[in-house]
Amino acid sequence: MNQATVKRPAGRGGRNLELPEHLKRYKGVWVFIEHDRGHVHQVSWELMGAARQLADTLGAEVAGVLMGGPDEPLETFAQEAFGYGADLCYVTRAPVLAGYRNEPFTRGLTELVNTYQPEIMLLGATTMGRDLAGSVATTLQTGLTADCTELNIDPTSRALAATRPTFGGSLLCTIMTLAYRPQMATVRPRVMPMPKKDATRSGRIIEGTLDLAESEIVTKLLDFIPDASSNKINLAYADIIVSGGKGMKKPENFELIWNLARVLGAEVGATRPVVQAGWVEAERQVGQTGKTVRPKLYIAAGISGAIQHRVGMEGADAIVAINSDPNAPIFDFAHYGIVGNAMTVLPALTEAFRAHLAARSAGGVVAA
Amino acid sequence: MHIVVCIKQVPDSAQIRVHPVTNTIMRQGVPAIVNPYDLFALEEALRLKDRFGGRVTVLCMGPPQAEDSLRKCVSFGADDAILVTDRAFAGADTLATSYALASAIRQIGREQAVDLVFTGKQTVDGDTAQVGPGIAKRLGLQLLTYVSRIVELDMDAKKIVIERRAEGGVQVLRTAVPCLITMLENTNELRFASMPSMINAARVPIRRWNKDDAGIEDIEKIGLKGSPTVVSKVFGPTPRTEKAEMLAVEESSLRDVSLNLIQRLFTRHPGLEQQLLERSDA
Ligand SMILES: Cc1cc2nc3c(=O)[nH]c(=O)nc-3n(C[C@H](O)[C@H](O)[C@H](O)COP(=O)(O)OP(=O)(O)OC[C@H]3O[C@@H](n4cnc5c(N)ncnc54)[C@H](O)[C@@H]3O)c2cc1C
Repeated sequence: MNQATVKRPAGRGGRNLELPEHLKRYKGVWVFIEHDRGHVHQVSWELMGAARQLADTLGAEVAGVLMGGPDEPLETFAQEAFGYGADLCYVTRAPVLAGYRNEPFTRGLTELVNTYQPEIMLLGATTMGRDLAGSVATTLQTGLTADCTELNIDPTSRALAATRPTFGGSLLCTIMTLAYRPQMATVRPRVMPMPKKDATRSGRIIEGTLDLAESEIVTKLLDFIPDASSNKINLAYADIIVSGGKGMKKPENFELIWNLARVLGAEVGATRPVVQAGWVEAERQVGQTGKTVRPKLYIAAGISGAIQHRVGMEGADAIVAINSDPNAPIFDFAHYGIVGNAMTVLPALTEAFRAHLAARSAGGVVAA
Repeated sequence: MHIVVCIKQVPDSAQIRVHPVTNTIMRQGVPAIVNPYDLFALEEALRLKDRFGGRVTVLCMGPPQAEDSLRKCVSFGADDAILVTDRAFAGADTLATSYALASAIRQIGREQAVDLVFTGKQTVDGDTAQVGPGIAKRLGLQLLTYVSRIVELDMDAKKIVIERRAEGGVQVLRTAVPCLITMLENTNELRFASMPSMINAARVPIRRWNKDDAGIEDIEKIGLKGSPTVVSKVFGPTPRTEKAEMLAVEESSLRDVSLNLIQRLFTRHPGLEQQLLERSDA
């Protein structure tokens, strides 16, 4: 290979960064559609939107991958996938694919990749997606980039440019897999916006099965214990979130956050120091090491706006920040800022929202 | 019983600072620690050793200084510590790392058969959660990720039952030993180092393995050469161009500020108001 003529991105060590001829056949962008007990995880549709954009840039097709047991409604899921942008779906059914297990899913997905040869494969960064992605990438000996926050096509190499936070979110880095296929990436729920559904779209279904008997599989799924619905905190998919930070000063003051959340039907979020202090459950942490959220409204009280918090919530449609320090970093990316003491602003805001909503739903026009 | 726990030495990320102008990491003076997630794996391994007897070997790939982290693990009760260190490993991504660690575990197994391999859920500096699954695949071990509890371990029947965190619930899985477990965080509480362990930690020779000692067969698969991913760019987050609309409290009453906010918010986001109204109708 003539190294001098190859345009190389940053990299050392004389390794091959050029795509071998036999891998140039790999075409199309795939999304692994994650489903469990009759429901598709919404992250799969978010990825479908991202896949559509990548495929349009490449002039390629988007395929959804559905794997499951004989009784699962995979065709229904496929129709939904078409609505969200898939051109085709690979539907693999086998008794051993009822309920997620690493071994049969790794086998099934690996075989599918080797047969149909996609150039890009996206999975949700969930406990299922990460478990599967790591095993499949190792089997296929290809590159995998975890927890991407942005996916693009590099114009020169036409490779997937996958951007992810690094060093605790202080910096971002863009990672590419140049000489191997498929290029694999995982993305956390809520990082990508939900695409619009077009119910009139349709697509092709390519059916298949997996030649693997239950007796060959070592790991058995004995039981699934669903989380009690009473303590299920669905922060990632909440439409409205009221979050508090260390600026709330005392755990008792968090009651003010809860009060506003109740009026708005919102979930309560928090920063890491608040979680570490034990004021709220760990599931409520927003940010780099917590949840990524994308609500329509995010109200942040007593939160400085550190980068590790910001990466988890800057996708919100509207961010309202309440902070006593006019120079707090959160005002650099909030849409509305109130400089003031959260302990007095929150009750006033709660009361104003309550009165406004009550007046409006009574059919009246609210006097300003 | 013989358990191998894979650990990584990482910079204490709480203390990392980024240079505001050059966007480079300021590593100077940042202390190195054992990846916090790995300590849950270590504790779980030590508990199994307490119950079943046997040995815990800690394994780390890293620079010579990573010896400190291995000693730390010995101070909690690990019996043996191996540092896989060689310039040839530099620049490894998760695929190359799992190849090197898998080779080393195979090598450890030649001295004494390995029953269980533990890793943390992920590291705090890489955050990928890919190395555990990679090692399992390369060693042909059953993979159990995000394990929250070991329910049952029967060493005669070579069977293990665990609970694993899944979306919306917990999977109960049974599999065969040997297998690889990635331990979920906050599932146990790390013990205090005992006096004898601390003395042992100060004295124990940390074994250093280069690539040959670690049984690396294919040097194309380690370090930068064995890494399919290429870091093409490192950069700081872009500031938002649009600034927040500021509502100051000093000039007006809290009520006015609140009403003002609500009005602006709902004018800009009418759907939001609609949604809230529909909710309160219900
Ligand atoms: C590797 C790593 C991962 C991390 N992951 C996360 C993560 O996932 N999520 C996360 O949130 N953080 C995370 N952090 C921590 C992060 O760096 C910040 O320390 C944290 O977000 C700050 O929390 P805070 O805003 O509550 O507290 P502070 O930064 O202490 O801010 C408190 C704010 O409250 C304001 N305030 C004080 N009094 C009042 C008052 N009376 N009324 C109104 N405002 C007031 C202050 O002006 C200040 O801006 C991480 C850090 C590291 C190193």
